[in-house]
Amino acid sequence: MDEFIIELEGLTKKYGDFVAVDHLDLSIHKGEIFGLLGPNGAGKSTTILMMLGLTEPTSGNVSVCGISSTVHPIEVKRRVGYLPDDVGFYDQLSGRENLLYTARLNRLSWKEAERRVDDLLARVGLQEASGKKAGKYSRGMRQRLGLADVLVKNPEVIILDEPTLGIDPIGVKEFLELIVVLSREEQITVLLSSHHLHQVQQVCDRVGIFVAGKLLAQGNISELSRTLFSDKEPYVIEVGLDFSTAEGMDAMEAVKSHLLGLEGIASVRVDKGRLSIGSTSDMTAEVARILVNAGFGLKYLNTKEYGLDDIYTKYFEGGEVYGKTA
Amino acid sequence: MEKLHNAVRRLREIPWIAKVSGTIHRFTQHMEERRALATSHPFWVIVQKEVTDHVRSWRFNILLFLILLTCFGSLYTSITNLVEETRKANDADDPFFFLKLFTLSDGSLPPFHVFIGFLGPLLGIGLGFDAINSEQNSGTLSRIMAQPIHRDYLINAKFTAALLVIGVMFFALGFLVMGFGIFIIGIPPTVEEFFRIICFLLLSVLYVAFWLNLSVFLSIRFRQAATSALTAIAVWLFFTVFYQIIVNLVARAMLPSEAASPQQLIGYQQFILNLMRVVPSQLYTDATTTLLVPSVRSLGPLTMEQAYGAIPSPLPLGQSLLIVWPQLTGLVAATVVCFALSYVSFMRKEIRSR
Repeated sequence: MDEFIIELEGLTKKYGDFVAVDHLDLSIHKGEIFGLLGPNGAGKSTTILMMLGLTEPTSGNVSVCGISSTVHPIEVKRRVGYLPDDVGFYDQLSGRENLLYTARLNRLSWKEAERRVDDLLARVGLQEASGKKAGKYSRGMRQRLGLADVLVKNPEVIILDEPTLGIDPIGVKEFLELIVVLSREEQITVLLSSHHLHQVQQVCDRVGIFVAGKLLAQGNISELSRTLFSDKEPYVIEVGLDFSTAEGMDAMEAVKSHLLGLEGIASVRVDKGRLSIGSTSDMTAEVARILVNAGFGLKYLNTKEYGLDDIYTKYFEGGEVYGKTA
Repeated sequence: MEKLHNAVRRLREIPWIAKVSGTIHRFTQHMEERRALATSHPFWVIVQKEVTDHVRSWRFNILLFLILLTCFGSLYTSITNLVEETRKANDADDPFFFLKLFTLSDGSLPPFHVFIGFLGPLLGIGLGFDAINSEQNSGTLSRIMAQPIHRDYLINAKFTAALLVIGVMFFALGFLVMGFGIFIIGIPPTVEEFFRIICFLLLSVLYVAFWLNLSVFLSIRFRQAATSALTAIAVWLFFTVFYQIIVNLVARAMLPSEAASPQQLIGYQQFILNLMRVVPSQLYTDATTTLLVPSVRSLGPLTMEQAYGAIPSPLPLGQSLLIVWPQLTGLVAATVVCFALSYVSFMRKEIRSR
């Protein structure tokens, strides 16, 4: 798994004074699904364009499949499929004709192209609509056609730029499932850029958070929450207790100090009947036992793991800093 | 129908016919298989697609219809006038009778080459004004650029495809007019006439190529197809209408006094002519008249000394070409400049989705 298929080193792109991508270092393993997460205008698309050799970096290196995208863009584009956000097709041609055109641009013969295109159309569930003009396709159909279009060249890597934008929730679910299946079956590396946390969380093995041209953190979700919230606590246990008397308050204090004495518990906050316990590891069972033994009536117990949402907001809270990139 | 079928079947049963048709059938099948298995260069794939798009588009078909209409209109007037003309002109040995098909007119409809000079730009603009920006706006440009092709393939292929379409169309039209001419007046063209017509057609294609390149350049420059179309038409109108007015104004302002020497007068004439020749349509008109009317000996003023002793006979093709050589070079240069501009700006363009 330690083979890197995409490697970026010190990648920088400037438009005049504006730095779109700032010394970006990123490595992506073969066969993984990597999510590039960031707000609009963070430089995700620019990074992708540089990976494909469609834009020249101001400085730094990009290599995809061991080939430099700046020097040999054609070789890279032969191996990499790219689905731009809001992909367009020739409206006057049918979906099938559009794919055939792409196939022929990739130097497939007619016979080969037809075989492959029909195969892929069936795969993405468009065989009934294959003869329909692409201009009459719905947004979701167009996106699926786009996926088939990307797969025509039999790529090693596919790069999807905001692939789920503007599709309805069911469509998104199906589309993401399709991506996962394809990636696992054909061992295709997938790079997915998005600003939709939940979708990224659903499918990606690893995530990179990208803000204002910089990669702030990368790793899988739990790794990310561990690194980002190491000063705090990755797990929060929320407890609802049944008490109101004065002696209850005393007992509460005792329990609180007891809990704080335990290894792994970082903080305990008490607010009338609610208890909020922050811990560095999963202590839910332990906490429950202590509380019940102390004679409290347990109303509810709830473990919260930090999700991408929290990670995301943590970065975008500093609106002043990132606001100007939006 | 039944009888025909039977006849064909009986024919097929004859052994040697069966053999030959079998061979042909096998051969075509073999070719088809080979074509299905062959991979073509991406450049020609794009050209193929662009040609298909042009031929199937409403825009091209409307332009084609328009040009066909004018073509037959001018053919009609020239043929009706041809009889009159030959009766009038007493020199029966005019060797360039056939060329009159392209140039003769009674004033009600302009002759063929003037029509082409007028409609050619429209055709060029029509085929090129949305070459790049429509692809950008429909989001196909970034998708195509992500395929393993060089960036210049797209623009070169677009140019080649449009030129192919224009070339085929003009040559078809030219040969149609020639064919009708032979059919109706019954006189075949001489070899020289034929080559003059070929030169004229090539020149027309070149002239349209200039406008095509200009509009392709504008289509890269402007994101909206409407803007680029309007700009191209504005340039065209400026050159065909307003430029002449401006030149006339300049000419009037610079009119030399009556006491001016002949040298001054000639210099003045030359200057005004050169001003006019900045315009591509002027170059085209100069070149076509010289090519189609062999009696044209010079495109500028001739002094008495130059004209003295000249034999009043039509020029051979080589000499006519020599006269229009500067015009030809000028047109080629203008076309190349436009193409270079569009090439450079396209290569530098950053391609983003929509």
